[in-house]
Amino acid sequence: MEISIAPLNLLAIAPQIVVSVTALVVLLVGLFLPEEHRGRIAWPSLAGVLIAAGLLYYLWDRNDLTLSAMLRTDGYSLFLNLIILIAAALAILFSVDYAGRVRLPRTEYYSLLLLSTTGMMLMTAAVNLITLFLALEMLSIALYVLVGLNRAEQRSGEAAIKYLVLGAFSSGFLLYGMALVYGQVGSMALDDVRVHLLSTGSQSPVLLWLGLGLMLIGFGFKVALVPFHMWTPDVYQGAPTSVTAFMSAGTKVAGFAALGRVTLVAFSGLQNVWIWVLAVLAALTMTIGNLAALRQTNLKRMLAYSSIAHAGYVLVGLTAANRTGLDAVFFYLFIYAFMNTGAFAVLIAAHRLGSSPVAGENLDDLAGLAEHRPWLAAAMALLMFSLTGVPPLAGFLGKLYLFSAAVEAGLIWLAILGVLNSVVSAYYYLRVVVTMYMRDKKGAEVVPAPLCPALQLGIAVAAIATVFWGLWPASILNLVTITTRSFFGG
Amino acid sequence: MIPASYYLILSAVLFTIGAVGLLIRRNALVILMSIEMMLNAANLTLVTYSRFLENIDGQVFALLVMAVAAAEVAVGLAIIVSFVRHRDTTDLDEINLLKG
Repeated sequence: MEISIAPLNLLAIAPQIVVSVTALVVLLVGLFLPEEHRGRIAWPSLAGVLIAAGLLYYLWDRNDLTLSAMLRTDGYSLFLNLIILIAAALAILFSVDYAGRVRLPRTEYYSLLLLSTTGMMLMTAAVNLITLFLALEMLSIALYVLVGLNRAEQRSGEAAIKYLVLGAFSSGFLLYGMALVYGQVGSMALDDVRVHLLSTGSQSPVLLWLGLGLMLIGFGFKVALVPFHMWTPDVYQGAPTSVTAFMSAGTKVAGFAALGRVTLVAFSGLQNVWIWVLAVLAALTMTIGNLAALRQTNLKRMLAYSSIAHAGYVLVGLTAANRTGLDAVFFYLFIYAFMNTGAFAVLIAAHRLGSSPVAGENLDDLAGLAEHRPWLAAAMALLMFSLTGVPPLAGFLGKLYLFSAAVEAGLIWLAILGVLNSVVSAYYYLRVVVTMYMRDKKGAEVVPAPLCPALQLGIAVAAIATVFWGLWPASILNLVTITTRSFFGG
Repeated sequence: MIPASYYLILSAVLFTIGAVGLLIRRNALVILMSIEMMLNAANLTLVTYSRFLENIDGQVFALLVMAVAAAEVAVGLAIIVSFVRHRDTTDLDEINLLKG
């Protein structure tokens, strides 16, 4: 018997391979380093991420199916991989000092961070239900451990249990949904699902509908859409802040990548139905995320609710289900990775300035920051303005594109609701700015601890990015349009 | 031959038991078992379809899911052990530090 083996074409997934190999190398090297030098592991990890980003540039024009049509390397996956690698690189920069200070086991920390990054990158490329599920689990299981890695802190363990239980619960729904879809279609490939639906259309059996619904629930948990968001504030608050920064950007990008492929490619035949489901989810997510953020005094919880609200904004773009919508989603995710990880990084810096283990987490901890840390306060103010959507910052442009895509798709009510929500969100973002600039620090004197240069660099990059791409968005928009043109095959 | 619907109904029942168990039981170990039950119910569905569609993908997927489930439980047990060291209980109602 002759066995034919399809050509592997490993080059197309070289970025993922580089990141995963770096994770393993880092794990091994860490074994041989004495404890006090383990902080240096950050640098080979960062190098791996940067090499992978370089490979993205090299692969840019490709549109390859690899590993027996399990993964597709196209502009869609490459651009989203770029965002994920940016989030990972920023997270590594933020961890250099923080991971040592809160006594995380650094070898495992960086290794798991890279493995989770690999999972996210594979998820953007997955075009088969099997790889989609495996990539999702790869990123999730690594994150469960990362969230609970601060073993001295009880809240970290609690957050890990909550994340694990709800994450596994959602995986169960996702998997069951995939099984039902497979049963109706007879294939795991997303393209086959699309072709099958083109022939049956809305006459599809009820089990296929059920399968799609269960899969949406599963993805809804991962990207924290209301009403599947309950875990988000607890997990974001309990996890080490550098992990929160990473997962708030990375899992969202990976989750939306998968959601995009499933809805826009596989289930494009049922578009007139899922548009309404997603529109309702987007409306709920924006509104409830913003309203809940209003009454938070813990900044990590506030940013968690704000990240829920932002998932709602991004979903508006996906709901539009046209090229403008996908352009807007990509641009927004790109900007969001800088804004959100940057905001969490400022909390890490504020943690450095206090003495308690939860320093920098409460709104009061930022009081008077403008006086003794003017640059840090200025960066935070920029990030907050950008998250609100104040022109000319990048957050404004991102929202503008998202909402205009919704208008173009005829979902005017959704765009109006989004704008109203942005107005509501101004209250809690600007409250942070007011606290930093208008209130004086009470009681204890300031700890004159210098900030780690890597952390300063990371925050500066994030803050400058929000200004730069607000004023000159053309470079990214060009990339995005090329990407989505190839995705919609035009 | 037993019709496919029998297997599918059985797996739907198992999935529901798992999901309900996860929602109403408070012991962390029972919750882990409920998660296993949900994943295995999905596996049963996959294998059933694989058999009746005469398509091997479902069986392959089921095998991979078992590996994933094992990894998930390993991590879950590790997290629970570290929780028990702090609290000396596996009752998830004791999780109360994060609220707001």
